[in-house]
Amino acid sequence: MLDLRGYGWMLWDGLQITILVGICSMAVALLLGLIGAWGKLSKSKIAQGLAGTYTTVIRGIPELLLILIVYYGAPTLIQNIAARFGHDVIIDVNPFLAGFITLGFIYGAFTTEVFRGAFLAIPSGQIEAARAIGMSRTLAFRRVILPQVWRFALPGLGNVWMVLIKATALISVIQLPELMRNADVAARAVRLPFTFFFAASLLYLGITIVSMLIQQRAETWANRGVRRA
Amino acid sequence: MEPDGLLSGIYRTFQIVWESFPQLLGGALLTIEITIISVLLGLCFAVPLALARVSSNPLLRWPVYGYIFYFRGTPLLVQIFLIYYGSGQFSDFLEDIGLWTYFREAYFCAVLTLTLNTAAYTAEILRGGIQAVPHGEIEAARAVGMSGGLLYRRIILPKAFRLALPAYGNEVVFLFQATSLVSIITLMDLTGVARVIVARSFHVYEIYITAGLIYLTITYGILWVFRKVEFHLGGHLRERPATAVGSKAVVAPTVAPR
Repeated sequence: MLDLRGYGWMLWDGLQITILVGICSMAVALLLGLIGAWGKLSKSKIAQGLAGTYTTVIRGIPELLLILIVYYGAPTLIQNIAARFGHDVIIDVNPFLAGFITLGFIYGAFTTEVFRGAFLAIPSGQIEAARAIGMSRTLAFRRVILPQVWRFALPGLGNVWMVLIKATALISVIQLPELMRNADVAARAVRLPFTFFFAASLLYLGITIVSMLIQQRAETWANRGVRRA
Repeated sequence: MEPDGLLSGIYRTFQIVWESFPQLLGGALLTIEITIISVLLGLCFAVPLALARVSSNPLLRWPVYGYIFYFRGTPLLVQIFLIYYGSGQFSDFLEDIGLWTYFREAYFCAVLTLTLNTAAYTAEILRGGIQAVPHGEIEAARAVGMSGGLLYRRIILPKAFRLALPAYGNEVVFLFQATSLVSIITLMDLTGVARVIVARSFHVYEIYITAGLIYLTITYGILWVFRKVEFHLGGHLRERPATAVGSKAVVAPTVAPR
């Protein structure tokens, strides 16, 4: 098997941070996705325009460049604006925070599309029925729409998660000690790059396999009330 | 810093962008070059892989499934590092068989990784297309006496390509964006050039946002081309244009539009 020369713990530590970054990013992406889908489906032209611009721009630019823009560009922009008003601000960005907020912001554009599709998949008759028996818009959303959205959204969200967890490897460029970064450090220390990157790739593969199993479980759960042919 | 006017600030930003624009375009050229080479090579590999993937022979099916699963289940960055840095671990062996001169080059490793990566994704997309070909068409082809290669060449593959085209367009866009990772192994693509300019000039967001806009333009350019191709190939599936005599009455809505 792979001889990790006593550096296996680094990969283990990195794996934990990778999973943590992934989960935090996914939480941000889910929140932004719901807001974005609400914007895209709302009657307000401004909300539509904002949500449309968000998904169009984010999906057209590589993740790596977006990470560089947010991690290096945003603090400089804020500092420059503050300097214009005569303040001297120094912003020290925490890589973990910057990493998961950036990833969440990027994948929020993808979850927006997933949620939009899922909301549209709910028969409008159900919403009309809920309104007819006197539910307010918010109550109908909470009791009728939201519980069903998961059923239509889960396959898409699962895909986003798979792409997102692999994209966490890009956070290594901002020096966060996640799996990829730690594999790199360990590989340089013992000069066995293939061994360590291959071990890291197997760990990513493990995350993918576990995620697939969880996704199957979750889809069965979300479809529990549906009659099957 | 002197608090100067907003106008001169905007002017200065334009100047910075204007001065670095030619360099960024040069980087974009490398990005496009790597994308085209990897897409074409990847497609060449993907067709036999997809055929092996749907083959009934387990000795053919399972290794290809493993390859596709590995390349789709691990981050591209790991794959790039595995090939670029990882090959160093076997430099003696690679030197013996005369391949070390290639693996030493970041360009070769980048194109190799991107090709292997996109071949895996494309094979899976093509598999979906092949399996979505209606069974009746295959039966009909068999009934008129086509078999094996002829059936695939005349019926299954053309139909599968057309069915897979929308998903393939997305894959090309993803690959195009993924090429930004080659900047991490020192190649001077669009992202690489932007990083160098930023490191020299400290105009962080102006340069990165300009680079982002170039990516954005090319991305939607690729999508536009694929939409055109799709439209072109789908001619026989569209309704006839409503200008034909009598068709107006047929398509006229029975309910007043809201």
